[in-house]
Amino acid sequence: MSAHGAPATPLIAGRDAGSPAIGSASTGERLRETAFRAVLLSCIALAILLLGVLLVDVAVDGLGVLSLDFITSFASSNAEQAGVQAALTGTLWLMAVCVTFIVPVGVATAIYLEEYADSSRWYNRLIEVNIQNLAAVPSIVYGILGLAFLVRGPLGLERVVLAGGLTLGLLVLPVVIIAGREAVRAVPSSIREGSMALGATQWQTIWKQVLPAAIPGMATGIILALSRAIGETAPLIVVGAATFVAFNPEGLFSQFTALPIQIFEWVSRPSNDLNDFKPLAAGAILVLMVLLISMNAVAIWLRNRFERKW
Amino acid sequence: MEAGTTAAPGPPVLGAARPRRGEEVIKGLLVLAALLSVLTTTGIVISLLGETIRFFGDVGIGDYLFGKDWSPLFNPPSFGVLPLISGTFLITAIALVVAIPLGIGSAIYLSEYARPRVRRTLKPILEILAGVPTIVFGYFALTFFTPEVLQGIFSLDLQGLNALSAGIVMGFLVLPTIASIAEDALSSVPGSLREGAFGLGASKLQVSLRVVLPAALSGVVAAVVLGSSRAIGETIIVLVAAGQKPYLGIDPTNPAETMTAFIAGTAKGDIATGSVAYKTIFAVGMTLFLITLLLNAISIRFVRKYRQVYE
Repeated sequence: MSAHGAPATPLIAGRDAGSPAIGSASTGERLRETAFRAVLLSCIALAILLLGVLLVDVAVDGLGVLSLDFITSFASSNAEQAGVQAALTGTLWLMAVCVTFIVPVGVATAIYLEEYADSSRWYNRLIEVNIQNLAAVPSIVYGILGLAFLVRGPLGLERVVLAGGLTLGLLVLPVVIIAGREAVRAVPSSIREGSMALGATQWQTIWKQVLPAAIPGMATGIILALSRAIGETAPLIVVGAATFVAFNPEGLFSQFTALPIQIFEWVSRPSNDLNDFKPLAAGAILVLMVLLISMNAVAIWLRNRFERKW
Repeated sequence: MEAGTTAAPGPPVLGAARPRRGEEVIKGLLVLAALLSVLTTTGIVISLLGETIRFFGDVGIGDYLFGKDWSPLFNPPSFGVLPLISGTFLITAIALVVAIPLGIGSAIYLSEYARPRVRRTLKPILEILAGVPTIVFGYFALTFFTPEVLQGIFSLDLQGLNALSAGIVMGFLVLPTIASIAEDALSSVPGSLREGAFGLGASKLQVSLRVVLPAALSGVVAAVVLGSSRAIGETIIVLVAAGQKPYLGIDPTNPAETMTAFIAGTAKGDIATGSVAYKTIFAVGMTLFLITLLLNAISIRFVRKYRQVYE
């Protein structure tokens, strides 16, 4: 149907009479080609320009406050003395909870769906469609789930590290599952058949052959999921990460704050002549970005180091 | 049992030598893990539905859906959700005006024009843009884009907190989503279609716009729908840069509030379980959830359509 979209008039019609030259177009045509290409290129260039301006802006605003004191100090109403220690440890706690939750659950789900599930069964299809949908549910809705089930309601954990970490875990679980499935699928079936032919059971095959081969891909997915979780603000606001916490969390049932929450608090706090909190926000963003970049660097390294071509 | 009677000489039996209960247990555990995702959805629906029903015990459903005034925490309170919905769609529309042309333009460039090496460089950069935490976009919209670009370079007359800045910056957040899915769709159009058009004398521009783009249309639509769903669900940029003031209208220089921003802004304070404020979070959350669910269903349908055609 789309072939009809092709032009009806041959392009060479516009050329001065003479030998018909196939392939070359008139000046107007060439001009339009160049202009179109330039427009397309400027689309992508604009996106990259904005990214650059954003990064430079944050760096210019925030580099001034970055110091060892900034990392080791607690929140303070005096901008000069404020720092991110509680937020940084809070974020690390959250990530620890999140990773202990998503690794077993995500890997198990991926293995079930790829190795065991018969996708012609309705319940297996339901699980798949469901995961697809969960991946697109707005993050704030996970915050509401966390508020209703973890913070209040049946579990009633209150506003603690465990509730925050699990909420983030549920939020990024679909990412882990989808990446995990791709990693399992990439292991060629000849490996499984070989293992089975030697008398291994299905689980022995998965545990000794498939899983080790899929680990790099899964690890990459897990790190990407964590790098999404680490920057999430909205669900944490809803499950009640406190905005002013001047202590490190002591355990799973301790109140907490986190870097994105601290940034949000500093961004939205009105500044006056005495205290300007915006540079603090930029400084905290830089700390967050350093964490993010190192996590992604590990992911890229893992992918390059262990990726296998079968 | 049959094996027991005919055991003595017989041919070697293939298959498990003895029942392996462990295998079954492990499979059971894996199923449980997979069911957790279904449980999550159920949990979301139950939590939203329960409080929403209680909310509608207090507030008429008509007053909620068609009321033009949203001031749930005032006295007397008013629960018309239209200003939040209009704010959500206003900011989403601004974001899409930015993200659709730029995203599809980028996708056409990457799929049809860029050399493999250029493409391998540019795609990860777009992915970085998608990976920047939204709070950073919020900071950027508030402290740079509004004062330096909109009020500075374009000397627009607008308030420090406004829908325009939040919308445009959100457009750049959504752009990589649209670009990446649209590029997938464009690249999956078979080369033979392009070659056929080139053979008929079409130029590259004509091939891109009149052959490849229409052929990939359902995928491109899916990209746009998914991008809108992302924009509707985005919270922090709006919360930080758009002003948290319900606004029913289409003037983007005003502050505005979206459904997500209301939820986050209200939940921020330590609200009591069972209070009206607590219930409004769930009612608005339900509205948001239903809208995004509908959009996702549409986009999944469109993706399936283009996959069917060319794979």
